[in-house]
Amino acid sequence: MEVIAPRSTAPRREFAKHVEEGCPYRDDDVMAPEKGVSTGTTIMAVEFDGGVVLGADTRTSTGQYVANRASRKITKMDERICVCRCGSAADTQALSGFVQFYLGQHAVELGRPPAVKTCANLFKIFAYNNKDRLMAGMIVAGWDEKSGGQVYNIPLGGSLIRVPFACDGSGSGYIAGLMDKTYRPGMSKAECIEFVVNSVAHAMARDGSSGGMIRTVVITKDGLEETHMEGNKLPFGP
Amino acid sequence: MAGTGAGYDLSVNTFSPDGRVYQVEYAQKAVENSGTSLAICCKDGVLFAVEKFMLSKMLVPGTIKRIFPIHRHAGMSIAGFLADSRQIVSRAREEANQYKSVYTDEIPPEVLAERLGNFTHLFTLYWSARPFGCTVLFGAVDPETKVPSLFQIDPAGLVYKFKGTAIGKGKQAAKTEIEKLMANPDITCEEALVHVAKIMHKVHDEKDKDFELEASWICPKSNYQFAAVPNDLLKTAEDKAKEMIEAEENED
Repeated sequence: MEVIAPRSTAPRREFAKHVEEGCPYRDDDVMAPEKGVSTGTTIMAVEFDGGVVLGADTRTSTGQYVANRASRKITKMDERICVCRCGSAADTQALSGFVQFYLGQHAVELGRPPAVKTCANLFKIFAYNNKDRLMAGMIVAGWDEKSGGQVYNIPLGGSLIRVPFACDGSGSGYIAGLMDKTYRPGMSKAECIEFVVNSVAHAMARDGSSGGMIRTVVITKDGLEETHMEGNKLPFGP
Repeated sequence: MAGTGAGYDLSVNTFSPDGRVYQVEYAQKAVENSGTSLAICCKDGVLFAVEKFMLSKMLVPGTIKRIFPIHRHAGMSIAGFLADSRQIVSRAREEANQYKSVYTDEIPPEVLAERLGNFTHLFTLYWSARPFGCTVLFGAVDPETKVPSLFQIDPAGLVYKFKGTAIGKGKQAAKTEIEKLMANPDITCEEALVHVAKIMHKVHDEKDKDFELEASWICPKSNYQFAAVPNDLLKTAEDKAKEMIEAEENED
């Protein structure tokens, strides 16, 4: 059962107010506000015939500190569209909120579920127009009537690229070769899930900012299935 | 200011005691003085035709267009003040472009028609504005499903969806003819062209100046893109239409 802790009555310390001009924080101060909460991450998505598989680790960190060890980096945008977020948690959450709003209005005007490409394009518009201010990488994936399962990658600069599979976040560099080696076009749904879980597990083993569990989301025309694999049950790890 | 309604027709934001907005009705009158403009929604596309009066013998044929492209798969024909209609045409193009740049798909015809209705309606709400003296027929073909659709947007801002309709001087007669023509639901744009030419020549009032027939379509013949009906096709259709009318007259 979930227990909700009583709210503390002690006054919260506001760091910025207690710092004198020119005084830097200690380098090891994990609560330093300017460090920001970021999802040092491994996220990925693969397309298969009839849908997509999305995967992500669950570690959210503030510098060295693990702020959340079971976070959700896969956010639902519509009934059959999800986005994997990486970069600043604040930026990507805000961005997802805006896109959910506009996509919702668009769906009402359209009278049917929006296209995956439309969702990805909205992300692109925000990401590109605010590129100097944002630290946000997104992988938009989903299923629509017109084009089936699709994966779109929106990396840091705000470009939009459709890909058969995509990977992003700090952990992505460690597994680029592994994915190239293990990816085969035309994989089944089960093979895609295995591909995602295996790749993310390898990234989590090497990348200090990725860890915790692996969450996967499968999207098909029938909707969304979310599952997770606990950190001690991964196919690869220390 | 004696009698009901007198003096209530100067502003668009004052109702008359019997609940009318005269300025909007006058705007609709302006449309009825214009040359006939018609459009039909065939099985395979949309066909537009406009009766364009030749105001002078020195006028270059083809000048003053009354049918406009909106985007690759949509067009618009006009009746009423041509200058007013340009506002609607450019707004329609803007909306279509903006929609596509944001949502990546082409704007659904229903959505664009409704937005143009809203735009037109705005000009019936403020004393500082004058309603548009024109009605437009907006037609489009869905590039994916190839389903054609046709809408009429009047100065009040009302949006109607039609299988076929006519506006302008000869609208009554033309509508009756269109109804007969559309009794065949399988008619294609190419087959309908000659009938449309016939309708336009039939409803043309002999008392008016000579006219030029302008026609455009969105159909397989134009690769489902908005395009003017090629001159040779239009010429043959017009000649054939004239023959048919003559033959009918000889029968009587």
